[in-house]
Amino acid sequence: MADISRRALLKAAGVMGVAALPQAITPARPASASAQPATYLFLNSEEASFLEAAVSRLIPDDDEWPGALQAGVANYIDKQLAGAWGAGERLYRSGPWRPGTASQGYQLPFTPAELFRASIGAINKALSQAGTPFARMSAEQQDAYLARLETGDKDLGGVPSGVFFEHLWESTIEGFFSDPVYGGNRDMVAWRMIGFPGAYASYYDLIDQHGIKIDRAPTSIGEGPHGGMHMNPSIPAKLP
Amino acid sequence: MPQRLKHVDVVTIGVGLTGSLTALELAKTGLKVVGLERGAPRFTVPDFQSPAIHDELRFSIRKAMMQDNVREAVTFRNSSDESALPIRRWASFLPGTGLGGSFVHWNGQTFRFQAADFIYKTHIEQRYGKKILDPDLTIQDWGVTYGELEPHFDRFEYLLGTSGRAGNIRGTLHAGGNPFEAPRAREYPTPPMKEPYFGALFRKGAESLGYHPYPQPSSNLSQPYTNPEGLSLQQCVFCGFCERYACEHFAKASPQTVILPVLLKNPNYELRTGCQVLRINLDNTGKKATGVTYADASGREFEQPADLVLLTAFPLNNVRMLLLSGIGKPYDSKTGKGVVGRNYTYQTTGGATVFLDDSVNVNPFMASGANGTMIDDFGGDNFDHGPLGFIGGQYVGAIMTGGRPIEFHPTPPGTPKWGLKWKQAVARHYNHAVLVQQHGTSTASRLNYLDLDPTYRDAWGLPLLRMTFDFPENDVRMSQYIADKVVEIGRAMGGKTVIRGGTKRPYTSTVYQSTHNCGGAVMGEDPTTSVVNRYLQCWDVPNVFSIGASAFPQNGSYNYSGTIGALTYWAIEAIKNQYLKSPGPLVHG
Repeated sequence: MADISRRALLKAAGVMGVAALPQAITPARPASASAQPATYLFLNSEEASFLEAAVSRLIPDDDEWPGALQAGVANYIDKQLAGAWGAGERLYRSGPWRPGTASQGYQLPFTPAELFRASIGAINKALSQAGTPFARMSAEQQDAYLARLETGDKDLGGVPSGVFFEHLWESTIEGFFSDPVYGGNRDMVAWRMIGFPGAYASYYDLIDQHGIKIDRAPTSIGEGPHGGMHMNPSIPAKLP
Repeated sequence: MPQRLKHVDVVTIGVGLTGSLTALELAKTGLKVVGLERGAPRFTVPDFQSPAIHDELRFSIRKAMMQDNVREAVTFRNSSDESALPIRRWASFLPGTGLGGSFVHWNGQTFRFQAADFIYKTHIEQRYGKKILDPDLTIQDWGVTYGELEPHFDRFEYLLGTSGRAGNIRGTLHAGGNPFEAPRAREYPTPPMKEPYFGALFRKGAESLGYHPYPQPSSNLSQPYTNPEGLSLQQCVFCGFCERYACEHFAKASPQTVILPVLLKNPNYELRTGCQVLRINLDNTGKKATGVTYADASGREFEQPADLVLLTAFPLNNVRMLLLSGIGKPYDSKTGKGVVGRNYTYQTTGGATVFLDDSVNVNPFMASGANGTMIDDFGGDNFDHGPLGFIGGQYVGAIMTGGRPIEFHPTPPGTPKWGLKWKQAVARHYNHAVLVQQHGTSTASRLNYLDLDPTYRDAWGLPLLRMTFDFPENDVRMSQYIADKVVEIGRAMGGKTVIRGGTKRPYTSTVYQSTHNCGGAVMGEDPTTSVVNRYLQCWDVPNVFSIGASAFPQNGSYNYSGTIGALTYWAIEAIKNQYLKSPGPLVHG
């Protein structure tokens, strides 16, 4: 189902030069619940189990819109951690290492990949000793656990839990809202949810039509160059 | 030993706005000019094209166009009794790198500082007396006046093709423009951009309160334009990927669009990319530069002899290069003596998030980097500060540069920070919220400065720049006063909920605010309080000019690129008409 609607949307977005749009893209849930499970490159199975459960609570699924898990956020984070970002790209990594003030920002030697591995490893170890892994907790218990990570200063293999939570949350937002070429935001569900059209190149003919409702499928940078990305003024945009 | 290269007349350290503009004008005079750019060469085609350029993760979040922190960071602390630590990832400010510098990823907001800004100390003391100044503040005059710079502002705007509506032409006020602007000789080169809905909503709210809205001057053009160099720009299409991005449409003025195609054809000019300048070399008197030493992309070192060395890097890097080269006396915050690094200033920002009714579709993604609607009623010294007990001001405007959702997903107060209610609030409010920005003066203080870090080093083994900065209390009082006015405007726009903004202490390096870092190598008429004279010539080494916002004695209310452009032309004319005829100090201190 998801594949069919995606093809239809691609076509409608003008890749094939088609101007007509199916009415109302909105009624939601384009990302199928039966989406293929991710093939993880970085995360081991225990790490993946925690991460999938955690992002499910950070941005949950509901009747209207898929959540972070359905949108592929765990897959996005896995690919980021496996790549240059995980290895510390664009991160100044010379010591000495000292705790800083809040104004001075991140001051730990961990790369993102090291930080996630150390933190999730410590969480999984502690919870398996306590008897219930994170993924098997109830939703309420998971929320309470995440809230404790967020506000607490528990040591997770050298990472203060609040620092880990901040990285986890930032990565979840990125995976939810970034272009689907990075492995999250599957079927552009997050963009559909808020009405962000994505990577269109031109709104020249629409910007002074104040208050119009843009009622068309979003476009990913993965859908090809110029032609597919140019917003054609003849494509419907209607007053609320 | 570095390999010694053939002598040239002029070398520029950096090829961004100031480096390409100085080279353009000096190469025309017949001088041999070499531009040394640490980053990569890059051009609108093929480097800035769709679809890859519309990638929020890569450009906005991973900051692909910015100086690589792995190689060169800046250390930071709020006050001199703390230990500075490296800013390990950029957040608060974003220095660019690569051909064209930060003038590629800029937003195109193109202002002129006001007449009073250039004589700030004199003006404030005449209007209010000295008592209005907190004791730590070290504001000063620039040594150049608005009247002297006006032709250069004009020339710069016509180079860029800036789109706007004049409010004051030779002293006559014009409806629709900014009534508070300093007089200009003529209208903008192109008319204002189309006004988006968020701007129209702001205009209505601001007018209802008696303020004076006007279209933000933009160098993302409202219509096609050909500049005096014969280079053409296209009409901006409001794609919403401007700030932190390069323009794929040839619609944003940048060195790539308005300078380089002409400069790179001039046989007197040679561009060398991947070249990291390590120091300016001085002769044994210490009063004359002999050229520069740089490392190329493969790490080989070269000595490039030159008669004239132009520091045309990002302001922070201009200051660092002076310190690394031993040019000028470093500032000592304990004694207040010394000049290099003194009067580092920033920008006060803030602003409100205005949540509108669900029926109002703002469509924030239709935007350019500079198509706001704004007021200057609280800018600079446009209002009476006498009873208020602070100096300075901010412009206020609905300025949204694209609704890219990793960065922009506002939720009203009381919303949980994550979870289902957060998700539902984001879905509900994304298209029904307007950001009303505050943006204004940063007052110089004896407590804020730049020097070399004693501990941390760059990839070439040289000390990083150390920044010691917090907002002076004066600036917090100013910004918080205006924050109240912004809330009133937000309500007049129809805001059901308005989140109040305004500058707070401590300044944090962890949240984006502005890339208008300035000062540290300031201009002036007194060598004990300035690094460069009124022509941006170093007092101590007259064949070095340090050009750009590093010369601002303090920051004004506006985005600074327009004033950088005018100052650059001013310095170029002094070099061409005075210095080259008789090399030596243009002013005797």
